[in-house]
Amino acid sequence: MVEEIEKTAKTVDEAVSLALAQLGISREEAEIEVLEEPSRGFLGILGTRPARVRVRVKDTPSRRAKELLDRLLEAMNLPVEMSIEEKQNSLYIAIAGKDVGILIGRRGETLDALQYLVNLYVNKNQTQRYRVILDVEGYRRRREETLQRLALKLAEKAKQRGRNVVLEPMSSHERRIIHTALQGRDDIYTYSEGEEPYRKIIISPRK
Amino acid sequence: MKEVVEILAKALVDQPDKVSVNMIEKDKSWLIELKVAPEDMGKVIGKQGRIARAIRTVAKAAAARQRKKVTVEIV
Repeated sequence: MVEEIEKTAKTVDEAVSLALAQLGISREEAEIEVLEEPSRGFLGILGTRPARVRVRVKDTPSRRAKELLDRLLEAMNLPVEMSIEEKQNSLYIAIAGKDVGILIGRRGETLDALQYLVNLYVNKNQTQRYRVILDVEGYRRRREETLQRLALKLAEKAKQRGRNVVLEPMSSHERRIIHTALQGRDDIYTYSEGEEPYRKIIISPRK
Repeated sequence: MKEVVEILAKALVDQPDKVSVNMIEKDKSWLIELKVAPEDMGKVIGKQGRIARAIRTVAKAAAARQRKKVTVEIV
């Protein structure tokens, strides 16, 4: 879904500025093609011709992600603030606003679904793959802290009772947080069991 | 509501012009029928229905905002 427009003006620069303003992007985010150089004609009267340019929004991963989310959130009637940070083939997208809680859902279910779909779209027909991480109102960070606390508490329980503690099914991302939190301990160890999306962690005491 | 499913489906398939979405309204629920080109079925269903499940989850969130239930069927 590439956006592009054509503009005519007295000079190339002027035509480009008009096009950029209309697309709401900066020069770096655009591909510019000069279709016609302006001509002043004879004595500035005969055969004057304006400059004509075609300006296209560059198809970058962050552009693709933003474009899809913008349209989707508009269809959901959810005005939001969105910031996208790009580093090392990852896109961190933070969304904030009123009523955005519905984008999180129970245990982040909706957030994970949305993140997955944006990932598919951003990487569709691309050679360079990007990982899209979507967060709403800092949910992921808060959830990470909650899971770390939960992990420590349940590890204690497994140790004291000398029995396995089975956790609720979680996504691979959430399971990794738990595994990492309990890594390298000599009193308990962790592993996963079951099939996605019901795969769950088991904390087991070391004998 | 219909747009949500349409936007997602068109974003995923190779032939967006072959996507059609039909919505049937009932009292408290909506039935959304999504149709795509046969070659694009995998793009909206995914391995073990993972993509279809994600589309349904997002559609449900959008519908919940209007206190409605929604069923998305791929036909």
